[in-house]
Amino acid sequence: MSSETKQILTTDGIPLEVSLKKAEKKNKIKAFLLVAPLLLFLVITYVLPIGEMFSRSIDDKMITNMLPKTFKEMETWDGKELPPEEVFAGFYYDYKALVEKQEHGKLGQRLNKEKNGFNSTTKRLFRNIKRKKIDESISIKEQMIKVHPNWNKVEYWQAIKRTAPPYTLAKYLKGMDMYYAPDGSVAQVDEDRRIHRILWLRTLEIAFFVTLFCFLMGYPIAHLLATLPMKYSNLLMICVLLPFWTSLLVRTASWMILLQQQGIVNDFFVMIGLVADDSRPEMMYNKVGTYVAMTQILLPFMVLPLYSVMKTISPSLMRAGKSLGGTPFVAFWKVYFPLTIPGIGAGCLLVFILAIGYYITPALVGGASGTLISNQIAFHMKQTLDWSFASAMGLMLLSGVLVIYWIYNKLVGVDNIKLG
Amino acid sequence: MALPSYTETRYRIWHYFYISICAFVFFFLIAPLFVIFPLSFNAEEFLVFSEGMKNLDPDAFSLRWYKDMIYGTKNPWGLAAKNSFIIAIFATIGSIILGTLAALGLSSRHMPYKGIIMATLISPMIVPLIISGVAIFFFMAKVGLAATHTGIVLAHIILGTPFVVITVTATLSGFDHSVTRAAASLGSNPVNTFMKITLPLILPGVISGGLFAFVTSFDEVVVVLFLAGLENTTIPVQMWTGLREQLSPTILAVATCLIILSTLILVTAELLRRRSERLRGINR
Repeated sequence: MSSETKQILTTDGIPLEVSLKKAEKKNKIKAFLLVAPLLLFLVITYVLPIGEMFSRSIDDKMITNMLPKTFKEMETWDGKELPPEEVFAGFYYDYKALVEKQEHGKLGQRLNKEKNGFNSTTKRLFRNIKRKKIDESISIKEQMIKVHPNWNKVEYWQAIKRTAPPYTLAKYLKGMDMYYAPDGSVAQVDEDRRIHRILWLRTLEIAFFVTLFCFLMGYPIAHLLATLPMKYSNLLMICVLLPFWTSLLVRTASWMILLQQQGIVNDFFVMIGLVADDSRPEMMYNKVGTYVAMTQILLPFMVLPLYSVMKTISPSLMRAGKSLGGTPFVAFWKVYFPLTIPGIGAGCLLVFILAIGYYITPALVGGASGTLISNQIAFHMKQTLDWSFASAMGLMLLSGVLVIYWIYNKLVGVDNIKLG
Repeated sequence: MALPSYTETRYRIWHYFYISICAFVFFFLIAPLFVIFPLSFNAEEFLVFSEGMKNLDPDAFSLRWYKDMIYGTKNPWGLAAKNSFIIAIFATIGSIILGTLAALGLSSRHMPYKGIIMATLISPMIVPLIISGVAIFFFMAKVGLAATHTGIVLAHIILGTPFVVITVTATLSGFDHSVTRAAASLGSNPVNTFMKITLPLILPGVISGGLFAFVTSFDEVVVVLFLAGLENTTIPVQMWTGLREQLSPTILAVATCLIILSTLILVTAELLRRRSERLRGINR
């Protein structure tokens, strides 16, 4: 505001600008307070627990807390030759403390994962400590080496040193079929044991093809629904909406009945002579089942956004295209199709996001060759109880989903998600 | 879709090809649901159409599996249905309250950081359920709510609110804010204005969001599998167990009931949607 123009004042003498800003701020706070309960609720019960998954997935404090003296002495050790007396002494006193707390077994098992043979090595030290055979007034290093020759090998000490950092990315590496080699570098697991990479690729592959099938099947019917007169399209819309509202498990169950070996689809194939009665193909518990069932289940999520975009395209545009000399195909390709791209983007991204994290349907109809990464996460949560690994895999999946979600938000906007 | 008489043959062929593709896709979408109906009345134990059923022999049909569902001695469906309804109703109420309030705030043009907050509130709908399940399980285990109804209700509120937020914000986008200002200028306090003016106008959106929340909770199985103990079993959990172990016709009887329920919900949702569009003056 320039100095010549007079400041506009409100009736109580406050400059209008200040007064408006105050009102604006009040409105902002009001709006925020309405959102606050849900936001707070979600942050506490949902966002922070996802953060906790992260800390769980990188947590490796167990040994760090078990061997405080050892790691303190190891700071000055270069890790190339056998460590000095102080490190041995540090380990000995740490281990003695653990023996008193009866936690030495856990340490042995954990170190054994790092280097084979550690369990027996520490057990022998344990027996000597129990029988009070170690004389603390003379060199502990020499006595430990006498107890077990492994203490004389530098690899074992290097293995201990590797466990020093309180955080590790080992679980993430495991999720990508890699691990920390003894020298600290990252190595690949043997070719025949790379199960996780297969699962990641299969998840991407299935999500991609399910999206493609949904698009190929959804586009024509969305077009038909959008161009038919209301009274017909409303009736046909039920075919899209009824599956949409029906329980996922009911739909999966119906596919299990249809696709089983004595099921109707196979009956039909036999009837039309496609396959012989005694060689009915296995259509369930493999990829075929996953593809068919997931496509049908996710199809409404493709049709609805496409339909809502196509509904806004005026039919006169196609007519104009044709009247200007385009064949129906040219008119469709040059005029109609480009206008539907926002709907295609919305539908494909939504279906892809949903497909990539699918769990129930693959678990029921997928068998061994049709399971996805989600099933692996559930397996580690429930069967092996390796929660930190499940968390790591979950977060890897989540980061992928969030990238797509971000793109979706940029392109479509989350507030434009269409629900029926 | 009658074709004009001057249509060339190749476009005629293409048109019928297109119509038959559409017919196939509609069939693909809806037919699987209708397989369940007749099989749930099967008199035999197998999940295939018996010879009697194919010849429409009345003896081949029975209500055996419906009786088993209701009166069966070891059947958990009674408890599961009770739990499912209790959990879904409370989760719906919670979702509606939290979601509607948030939608009101988000629709205000004064709302700061609208984009990021909206993205956060919608995220439970986007994040794969298995990840939500793990995270919610960690939280509920920590606060001691695992294997309780309360824990499951809270989890379902998390999953249900995005739907309420979306539908109510959509309703509010066509909302004429001058009516609330008119109410305020006539001396109504904000709460009164909301109850008397805003709520009746956005009610269709709130109810349809509530329906989504209800169905989400009623159908949700992944998170419940992590959280539920034996006492908290729900219909989807029982179906999941049943489908994994052995497909029995009783499950089909339950499934038939669920299809009828979803048809009712679909009809309600459609009526609401049309009413809401009429109210917002969108005539298509």
